[in-house]
Amino acid sequence: MTLTQILLLIPLLPLAGAIVSGLGRNVVGRNGAHWITIFAVAASCGLSFKILGWHMQGLIGVENLSVYTWMVSDGIKFEIGFLVDHLTSLMMCVVTFVSLMVHIYTIGYMQDDPGYQRFFSYINLFTFAMLMLVMSNNFLQLFFGWEAVGLVSYLLIGFWFKKESAIFANLKAFLVNRVGDFGFLLGIAAVVMAFGSLDYATVFAAAPGKAGDTISIIGGMDWNLMTVICVCLFIGAMGKSAQAPLHVWLPDSMEGPTPISALIHAATMVTAGIFMVARMSPLFELSDAALSFVMLIGAFTALAMGMIGIVQNDIKRVVAYSTLSQLGYMTVALGVSAYSAAIFHLMTHAFFKALLFLGAGSVIIALHHQQDMRYMGGLRRYMPVTWITAWLGTLALIGFPFFSGFYSKDAIIEAVHLSERWGSGVVYWAVVLGVFITALYSFRLLYLAFHGNERFEVVNSDEEHLPDGQVAHAPVESPFVVTMPLVLLAIPSVVIGWYTIEPVLFGGWLDDSIYVLERNDVLAELGHHFHGATAMALHAVQTIPFWMMVAGFAVATLVYQFRPALADMAARRAPGIYRLLEHKYYFDELYQRSFADGSLKLGQGLWNKADAGLIDGWLVNGSAKAVNWLAGRVRRWQTGFLYDYAFAMIVGLIAILGTWVVLR
Amino acid sequence: MLTLAHFLTLGAILFSLSVAGIFLNRKNVIILLMCIELMLLSVNMNFVAFSRFLGNLDGQVFVFFILTVAAAEAAIGLAILVVLFRNRDTINVSELDDLKG
Repeated sequence: MTLTQILLLIPLLPLAGAIVSGLGRNVVGRNGAHWITIFAVAASCGLSFKILGWHMQGLIGVENLSVYTWMVSDGIKFEIGFLVDHLTSLMMCVVTFVSLMVHIYTIGYMQDDPGYQRFFSYINLFTFAMLMLVMSNNFLQLFFGWEAVGLVSYLLIGFWFKKESAIFANLKAFLVNRVGDFGFLLGIAAVVMAFGSLDYATVFAAAPGKAGDTISIIGGMDWNLMTVICVCLFIGAMGKSAQAPLHVWLPDSMEGPTPISALIHAATMVTAGIFMVARMSPLFELSDAALSFVMLIGAFTALAMGMIGIVQNDIKRVVAYSTLSQLGYMTVALGVSAYSAAIFHLMTHAFFKALLFLGAGSVIIALHHQQDMRYMGGLRRYMPVTWITAWLGTLALIGFPFFSGFYSKDAIIEAVHLSERWGSGVVYWAVVLGVFITALYSFRLLYLAFHGNERFEVVNSDEEHLPDGQVAHAPVESPFVVTMPLVLLAIPSVVIGWYTIEPVLFGGWLDDSIYVLERNDVLAELGHHFHGATAMALHAVQTIPFWMMVAGFAVATLVYQFRPALADMAARRAPGIYRLLEHKYYFDELYQRSFADGSLKLGQGLWNKADAGLIDGWLVNGSAKAVNWLAGRVRRWQTGFLYDYAFAMIVGLIAILGTWVVLR
Repeated sequence: MLTLAHFLTLGAILFSLSVAGIFLNRKNVIILLMCIELMLLSVNMNFVAFSRFLGNLDGQVFVFFILTVAAAEAAIGLAILVVLFRNRDTINVSELDDLKG
């Protein structure tokens, strides 16, 4: 097989799997659906690793292949093509591996669901869309993948479409993403306008020459072209990667089944924005203002969203806010030009966050779809595999030395520390404080779910819907198809950071994809202080983030393990802060009142006043009424008597003749 | 000596009489028909007068046509009148106002 054929197979196998298992769901049946889709993803995962292996051996370099030209319009080519460099092959492996794990896990999680085949079809379709996004070599295909993952996300959040809250959540996700996509589309349009091409290579090659160009948007004000393009593109990333203030859809997306929360809303789709910005690094590097904007948005998201996680009681929502916070970290890394660190954190985060989500899902299965942590506790006795893997995932998330999260997060924090970008001083303290918050909510989750006393009661009944705090049967460890992905994800969560930090961050693995100006290159400076992964972990005990993490662990242990009353007391002592966090900084209320209710009112106003009032009332009914009124007047002349008509004729005749005579 | 003016005056008087008959008559449809006949005759009078005055026979040929049409019209008009009477039991013009809007 040629390289092009292999590259075509990688996304097309999942597409074929989605079509077969989706359209032929009654033909292939439940088992057929999962075998077909898992085979498709496993094959594309295997091929992705093969490509990665070839890259590692140096057998292939940067491969920029155009597969098909869709059309040529005014000299702009609309193509389908693949750009396969180190960044792409890394992303392909992460996407297909996590997707494969989630596919296997789904067999256990969705086993009783009537929409079994539909679910497999969707997640296979998602894998296709995500691969198209990361493998693209042009903006058009990027946008296609971008929208396609958004579509599948919409379908999967509303997977249980009979649930009111799921429908609300998927609509919300769709609408909020539209806001981001609007910016993204404007960014792409600006790229086409400025460079006259959709092709990455062409645009990136021409970008430095346009660094100083300005563009006039409204009212003759001149803006830096690169800043405009980058900010517009980043608005797209803010929607997809759920950065404040466009983050509101992600927590609500937890209405979907847990496997997709792990795959789409933690590991892959939400990191598309991070990937996109890293891919566009040759553009972003040219605008300091845009990078500062990126960094500040990321820092706000990292800190503020983590704090909400502390007060959430739904186990999935805690993990969701944790995801928001970690995405914030990645965005901060992008903002300080440490693109490699962002991609590195993206990769480690994909493993440990997928692990945590799947672990949460395992707990949810065991407790028969109870998601409220107030009715959990003591589960470690029932489900040891889930418990241990959750611990490993948590240690990776909080950045415990030697775990994968430690390397990626520490690299980001150090990069911010070294950065001289405007605002990086404040951002540094935000991300350091974020470490404390991360440790606090992560251990709170662990303690509430797995440790302490059981806060549920086993009633041994066959009732479908039991009140909160009662479970029908004693929780048991989840089946093998659920625990196997947990174990397989736990392994990279632990070791991948130690193993890959040197090549990814300092060894130039991503040098062929990412472009950093020398004056911005904080990672190179960081590299001077780097003396191997082990030394870095040992050195950690002398750094502030480590002690912030320990402090978070200590506080969580004290409060949730020994003195549960302290949490309530803290909530009572600071009711203002508690309410602020409980209401998620009132973002939802604000959007609901202003945008949602506003557009509803606008729509109703237009309907009542403009449509029913003006168009129906005045134009349509008004003209009918005018004719009616006029006819009512004219009708009086029609007496029905012959002599009146004859009289009118004579009068008319005399008038016409008279006029004729006079005017002649 | 009878001049053209005399004949035209006669035609005008006949025409005015028939128009007045149509307007003023509120009772009988037959009178209406008679008035229309009279109106045609006044026109005939003008045609004949002008034909004679101009020495052109066209006008007299027209009069024959008009007489024929008038006869046909009278026949149809009376037939309609009979049908009308059978349906409405009246030929009173004041009660025939079905055209009223």
